[in-house]
Amino acid sequence: MTTLLALFNYWIVIILMMTGLYIMITRHNLIKKLIGLSIFQTAIFYFYISLGKVTGGSAPIIDPDVTTYSNPLPHVLILTAIVVGVATTAVGLALIVRIYDNTGSIEEDDIREHELSLIKDSEQRINKSSMNKTDQG
Amino acid sequence: MSAVVEMSVMEQVIHHLPALIIVLPLMIAPLCVIFRNRIVAWSLTAVTSGICAVIAACLLILVKNGAPIHYALGGWSSPSGIEYYIDISNALILLLVSSISTVVSVYSLHSVDQEIPREKHYLFYTAWLLCLTGALGIAITCDAFNVFVFLEISSLSTYLLIALGNERPHSFMASFRYLIMGSVGASFILLGIGFLYAATGTLNMQDLSERIPLVAESRTVIVAFAFITVGLLIKIAMFPVHNWLPNAYQYAPSAVSSFLAGTATKVSIYVLMRFMFDVFGTNYSFSQMLLSNVLMPLAVIGFILMSVVAIFQTDLRRLLAYSSIAQIGYIIAGVSMATQAGLSAAMIHIVNHGLIKSALFMATGCMLYRLGSVHIQSLRQLISSMPITVSAFAFGGISLIGLPLTAGFISKWNLITAALEKDWWWLAALILVSSILAVVYIGKVIQMTCFSPITTENNQSSGQVISEAPTLMWVSTWILLLASLYLGINSEDFVALTQQGANQVLGGFK
Repeated sequence: MTTLLALFNYWIVIILMMTGLYIMITRHNLIKKLIGLSIFQTAIFYFYISLGKVTGGSAPIIDPDVTTYSNPLPHVLILTAIVVGVATTAVGLALIVRIYDNTGSIEEDDIREHELSLIKDSEQRINKSSMNKTDQG
Repeated sequence: MSAVVEMSVMEQVIHHLPALIIVLPLMIAPLCVIFRNRIVAWSLTAVTSGICAVIAACLLILVKNGAPIHYALGGWSSPSGIEYYIDISNALILLLVSSISTVVSVYSLHSVDQEIPREKHYLFYTAWLLCLTGALGIAITCDAFNVFVFLEISSLSTYLLIALGNERPHSFMASFRYLIMGSVGASFILLGIGFLYAATGTLNMQDLSERIPLVAESRTVIVAFAFITVGLLIKIAMFPVHNWLPNAYQYAPSAVSSFLAGTATKVSIYVLMRFMFDVFGTNYSFSQMLLSNVLMPLAVIGFILMSVVAIFQTDLRRLLAYSSIAQIGYIIAGVSMATQAGLSAAMIHIVNHGLIKSALFMATGCMLYRLGSVHIQSLRQLISSMPITVSAFAFGGISLIGLPLTAGFISKWNLITAALEKDWWWLAALILVSSILAVVYIGKVIQMTCFSPITTENNQSSGQVISEAPTLMWVSTWILLLASLYLGINSEDFVALTQQGANQVLGGFK
C-alpha cells in the first residue's frame, strides 16, 4: 500500500496515458481523436516532470541555504516536447478545418464514405474511358 | 580551444562539417519564406541539398579512411553537450538522404507546379528543407533526446508536405491519419527515452551503452526497450503497424512520395539498428530480449503478405507503397539476423531500395504529370507515347524484382547468403517466393504499359496527344536509376563498405 501511494505520480501517468490511447482508438470524431492524442502526450510530460523531483529537494536555483536540488534537466527536455505537442495539435486542428471544408463532416465514418464514393466515381470514369478506347476500334 | 584556433581555415571547415550538414538546410529554410519566390525557393532547396550531399560524401570518405568522428556541438563536450557521431553506417544514410533530396528537388519543379498552387510553392520548399534537416539530424546525432527532436521536425514537415497533395480530401485524411499514428510512435520513443534516463541518468548514446549493462536486469530498462522498439516500428511502417503508409504515399504530391519513399522509413530503420545494436547492445537485444523472435516473423509475414496485397492494387502509387512495406520486411529480416552478413545486407538494401523506389515513384510522377491519373487502366500502351518514362519504370521494376546485373540482385543475393549462413534455408526460400510475387505486380504494370494494345487507331479520342514528360523530370529519374545500376554492376566496393559499416555497428561506439 505504501509503495502504491509513494508511486502515485506514476499511477496518474498510466491512467492518463491509457485514457488518451483509449480515446484515440475508440472515438471516430477527429477532434476527439486529437484530444486523446493531447492527453496521451500530457501524460508523458507529467512523467518527465515528476522524474526530476528529488525528495526534499528545492527548485534548482543556487542558494547557500539549500543543499539538495531537484534535477532540472527533465524539465528543460520536456519544454521542447511541449512545444512539439502544441505544434502537432495545431497542425492536426488545421487539417481538421480543411477536412471539414472539403467533406462537411468531422466524423471518420462519414468522411470514409465520402472518400469511398469519390474513389468509386473516378474508377468508373477511368474504366469507362478505357472501354471507349478499346471499343472504338 | 587554442588548438582549434591554430587550425587552418580548410581544417576548420572539415572539423565542422558534421554541424554544417544540419545547420545549412535549417538556416536556408527560413530564407525561402523571406524571398517568397517559387523559383528562388526551388533553386535554394536543390542547391542546399546538393551541398549537403557533397558534405555527406566528404564525411563518408573521412570515416572510411579513419576512425568514426565524434563532434561536440558548440564545443560542449559529450556528457553535458549534444554529440554528433558519424561512422560508415550513418554516413551512408546521410549521403543517401541528401542525394535523393537533391535529385528529387530538381525533379519537383514541374510536378509541383502542376499539383500545388504557385503561391504555396515557397512554403512547400521550406517544409521540404525542414524535412531534410530532420532526416539528416536523426541520422547524425548521438543524443537520445535529440533523436526525438529531429524526428518531430521531420514528421511535422512531412505532415504538411503530404497534406499539400491535390487530391482532396484524401490528402488531408492521409496526413491526419499519419499525424495520429506518427505522434503516437514518437511519444512512445519519448517515453522510452525517459525510462532510459530514469535508469541511467544520461542521454548520450555512448554513455547509455556503457551504463545499461549495469542496470540491464531492471524492469525500467526492459520497459524502455519495449517502448522504443514499438515506437520505431511505427515510424518504420513495419507490418502490422504500416497502415499510415499506403494512403500517405498515394495522396502526397508525387515529388513528396518520391522523397519519402527513399528516406523517411530508411532513417528510422537506421535508428532502430543504432538503438538495438549499440545503445542496448547486441547481446541484450537479441539474446536476452529475443528481439529476433518478434522481428523475424513480422518481417516474413510483411514481405509475403504485402507483396500479395500489392498485386491487387489498381493505383500505381498504392501498388508501389505496398511494395515499399514488403521491401521494409526484407531490410528488417536482415537486421534481425543480428550477424555481420545480415546487417550488411540490410544496409545494402536500404541504399538500393531507397534509390530504386524513389526512381519508381518519380517515373510514376512523370506518368501522373501527363495523364492526370495513374490508375492501371489508364496506362494502356503508354510506351508508344512516353517511351523514356515507361522504360525507366520497367528498369526500376526489374531492379526491384532483383534480376542479375541490377542493384536489387545484389541486395537479395547478400540477404539470401546471410540467411543461408545462419542455416535459415526457409527464409531464403520465402525471399525467392516473394520475389516471384514482385514479378507478378511489376509484370502487371509492364504488361499494361507495353503489351496491351489499344484497338482504336487514334487514341486521340480522349481529346489530347500524350507526349513525353518534361526533360528535367525524366533526366532526374534516370540519374537515380543509373546510380543504382552503377551500384549493381560495380558492387564489390559497395559491399565491402557496408561490411565495414556492419562491423562498426556490431562493435558499438568507438
